[in-house]
Amino acid sequence: MLKKLLPLVEHALKAPVWDCRMCGQCVLHSTGMTCPMTCPKTLRNGPCGGVRENGNCEVKPEMKCIWVKAYDRTISLPLPKVWKEHYNDIRPPVDMRLEGSSSWINLVTKRDQQTPAGWSLKDGSH
Amino acid sequence: MSVLREKLEHTDDLVFTAEFPSIDGGGMAAVEKNAARLAPWFDAVNATDNPAAHAHASNTTTAIAMKMHGLEPIMQIVCRDKNRLAIQSDMMGASLHGITNISLLTGDDVTAGDEPQARRVFDVDGIQAINIARGMATGSYLSGRKIDPAPDFYIGAVENAGAPPFDYRIQRALKKYRAGANFLQLQICYHPDRLEAFCKGAAELVPDLKLIPAVALVKSAKSLNFMNDKIAGIDVPAASIARIQSASDQREEVYQLTLELAKHALSLPGVRGLHITDFRHDDSLAQFMSDLARVPSY
Repeated sequence: MLKKLLPLVEHALKAPVWDCRMCGQCVLHSTGMTCPMTCPKTLRNGPCGGVRENGNCEVKPEMKCIWVKAYDRTISLPLPKVWKEHYNDIRPPVDMRLEGSSSWINLVTKRDQQTPAGWSLKDGSH
Repeated sequence: MSVLREKLEHTDDLVFTAEFPSIDGGGMAAVEKNAARLAPWFDAVNATDNPAAHAHASNTTTAIAMKMHGLEPIMQIVCRDKNRLAIQSDMMGASLHGITNISLLTGDDVTAGDEPQARRVFDVDGIQAINIARGMATGSYLSGRKIDPAPDFYIGAVENAGAPPFDYRIQRALKKYRAGANFLQLQICYHPDRLEAFCKGAAELVPDLKLIPAVALVKSAKSLNFMNDKIAGIDVPAASIARIQSASDQREEVYQLTLELAKHALSLPGVRGLHITDFRHDDSLAQFMSDLARVPSY
């Protein structure tokens, strides 16, 4: 029941504010409250190299680059320090199976932190 | 054995890399002709992956053909056309043929190309792809499935020092290093001040990351205008375009401008080489290299 209801509630709340795409593994807190899934390339670690001179998107010239916005907001918004520090995290690939599910449930169950066994971030291993 | 890795990791020598022209028609003869032109001057040459979202002979097959003709390839993989499975099989396939220099990029969007109707993939992004490559080089696919022996990849990436947000680009270079990149080829940049700020910052923050800025040999102000208007992330200052436009010999003037940019780039901290994209396809490449005090190896 909750599994069916919560995604509806989550989408109803998050879509109008953040244009939420229900990826089911929300990282808004680490991206200056800017949804990376609204980047036309759905980059989790942007910005790409195609940002225009005016800071707008390569794909949608009329739109501010999501990642430029995320960067500006990470600096300017009064967010908790620990959230701001997460901006430079290397975010893992999206788990497509979670699309449409509630990221709130996945956060509580830590399902959103599960990564494939071969995903490792050993800093300095070159 | 990767000459690129050997030079960058075990010597202080500068490395020179180039872009291999895309192969459409022309077959192996076209590969042979281009390889013969580039081989004397370059340590390694990029096998591109559908550059600017235009379909061509594939990255892997081009890299194999280049290797057959005596060039050391840097095989690029972009995230636009392939999901994580295809990206990994590209790398494993390259390894099968002894190709070890792999450069991973997010890539231009499909709308930059001549088939904007296509579905864009971007299942992973450039930084995630770098990390997947490192995982493979340390013995497993992304799934965790073992690869024994592990492929001997020398992993690279690309960054654009000339696109906003400028100060964040240095952090992003660090991110790419943390994900597993050893070297960074930089996007062509017509703003020496931006390149300088980036290289200084990156050399300080990520001293082990080898930086390779890029220049393009072009013919005229028209070419500069084209890049400025059509290539995402490249801005050519109006003053530079005006300088070429007002010159009596545009070819010569743009050559001089490129040489100035190249010399400046090579003087910057952290810089270990230069990447050259030759759009002139004439004898000026040899001239350019000797003006940079390079000696050909035949």
